[in-house]
Amino acid sequence: MDLDLSAAESFRAEVRHWLRAHVPATPLPSLETGEGFAAHRAWERELHAARLSVVSWPEEYGGRNATPLEWLVFEEEYYAAGAPGRVGQNGVNLLAPTLFRYGTPEQLARVLPPMASGEVIWAQAWSEPGAGSDLASLRATATRADGGWLLNGQKTWSSRAAFADRGFGPFRSDPEAERHRGLTYLMFPLDAPGVTRRPIGRIDGKPAFAELFFDDVFVPDRDVIGDPGEGWRVAMSTTGNERGLTLRSPGRFLAAADRLVELWRERGDASDTALRDRVADAWIRARAYRLKGFETISRTDDIGAESSVNKVFWSELDVALHETALDLLGPDGELAGEWLEGYVFSLAGPIYAGTNEIQRDVIAERVLGLPRAGR
Amino acid sequence: MRFVLDAEQRLFGETLDKLLTEAAPFGVARDWAAGRHEPGLALWRSLAGAGVLALAVPESAGGAGPLPVELVTAFHELGRHGVPGPYAETVATAVLLGRLPGGSPASAWLPAIADGTAVVSLALPPAVPYALDADVAGLVLTVDGQELRAAVPGEARTSLDPARRLFAVTPGEVIAEEAAAAAAEGYDMGALVCAAQLVGLGRRLLEVSVDHVRTRRQFGRPIGEFQAVRHHLANALVGLEYARPLVHGAALSYGTPDFARDVSAAKVSAAEAAYAAARIALQVHGAIGYTDEYDPSLLIRKARALHSAWGSPAAHRARVMSALA
Repeated sequence: MDLDLSAAESFRAEVRHWLRAHVPATPLPSLETGEGFAAHRAWERELHAARLSVVSWPEEYGGRNATPLEWLVFEEEYYAAGAPGRVGQNGVNLLAPTLFRYGTPEQLARVLPPMASGEVIWAQAWSEPGAGSDLASLRATATRADGGWLLNGQKTWSSRAAFADRGFGPFRSDPEAERHRGLTYLMFPLDAPGVTRRPIGRIDGKPAFAELFFDDVFVPDRDVIGDPGEGWRVAMSTTGNERGLTLRSPGRFLAAADRLVELWRERGDASDTALRDRVADAWIRARAYRLKGFETISRTDDIGAESSVNKVFWSELDVALHETALDLLGPDGELAGEWLEGYVFSLAGPIYAGTNEIQRDVIAERVLGLPRAGR
Repeated sequence: MRFVLDAEQRLFGETLDKLLTEAAPFGVARDWAAGRHEPGLALWRSLAGAGVLALAVPESAGGAGPLPVELVTAFHELGRHGVPGPYAETVATAVLLGRLPGGSPASAWLPAIADGTAVVSLALPPAVPYALDADVAGLVLTVDGQELRAAVPGEARTSLDPARRLFAVTPGEVIAEEAAAAAAEGYDMGALVCAAQLVGLGRRLLEVSVDHVRTRRQFGRPIGEFQAVRHHLANALVGLEYARPLVHGAALSYGTPDFARDVSAAKVSAAEAAYAAARIALQVHGAIGYTDEYDPSLLIRKARALHSAWGSPAAHRARVMSALA
């Protein structure tokens, strides 16, 4: 497919103009704090009022039917403007695509608009104490009840769950079935009777994720996504989004790489060619990710397991880019600030959304065609 | 703008792949290394017949170019098959001659480059200090400041890649004045097609390695079942998958002010990805990969040689940074 970059330029100009007028002059408090979470939610409301919170969605749900190219352009402008992190991203990037594929019209109409406005912020609840990389060993249960299901058990490492409103994830609905079979994908309220959430401080102490305990939490049938028992298939449709372009768009890395070059200009020692080369590499890799993004949206086939190639690339790029910035800052690198916040965030990248070791297994088996193997 | 090849470009690549598979180029490379040039020159004429060299020659001089996307498509295949010969040098020279101001007698070489009757080599010190295969080239050039000069081949130098026969040169008679800008463009195109060649040869080394680990058994099972081996190969793929869009993207920026910067980004990434693939290929093959007789070891050696040909990664990183900061 031919990609006409100029077709998105008037959209780019509109987005840039709006962001210039609206992006907060001083950064919002970290979205991993109660105060910051509220501030970021308010920002989502403002974006939504301009119909910029979910540009690629259909208009009826608050979007503007943006093409994939326009979405990439939006993301470039968004991060170049230094706009706030997206507190609703787990819902928008991980739940919404699943709903578009498996949701009922009633679910789409009920769930998407408040997600678009930031009124309801979603947390992903997949991992369990005994089910991390080996997600299929999950044990939290959904038991048939009158008009719905009762959830029991425990989920953990649930990003944003400390302050979010609702969660989604797979539960074991057939106690006789093993592994990938007998799972059901459900949405549930985090403030429902029977839900206990215990925020967990991430490595810098901020409560970026939480443990969730379920004690007979009632979920009505209308909050099941896809067919009961088909939860694995529904979940796997999310992983492509999670590992592919949508969760971490090129714009984010392009903006960070440009800021890194800026930092080099301000603080770099011209004689330190080793550090200069790392700045160059970060910029080159961000550009590679952008071009790869254009390539991906130009393709007519599903990228499938190739999304695992993406995930390894962007997560390692993010760490390397921020490490380079901290090295440039020298003794100031350990001080709290935007670069350090970005660094701490980047460190989780090779772990969440399927560790990079799992991604490499997926690449080996499903992209390169190597034999199936024990780990 | 097309960020993926169109149907015609894909077909062109597939046609070259077929032509090259039939030509058994590893044998051709071994002959070339031993100074038996005829099979390699026959392949040169076939590739010219398929239109590869005309891609670098302007239409006004009997060519079809310069067509950078088609060139990188062709050089990806030349790289995958380890084809010997001064292809990048000839392409760079064609671009250089095509850009000389006001025409020059040397431009008379262009139609012969396009149709494959001329094999050309080029030294562009300091990044390209030696002329590749100067002993078979009908025309050897170098650039000294603003002057394009005939180059007089001297002593042969031995490369790690036995199919790369390098020659020191001394500048001879002046061919054209005010040639520096044309030479810069020739250099950029040479570096670009070298990057494409690197991605192609990295891809081939990954393919060969995948085949090997699927069949080689140790401890009662294919070594491709061992996670340490699988992850090496996955890493090689990640590197190559992100080098390719940079090469394609640089080809698309031909004719814009960003071309030199984008070529450098592509060359850095292609060189690192191909070299990493070569190291991994060597490792997963074990001792057989370290032998002279094993054909893919020709590619392992070429990956290292091309890593620093047409500008080292350090030189290209420096160029990226001077464009940015």
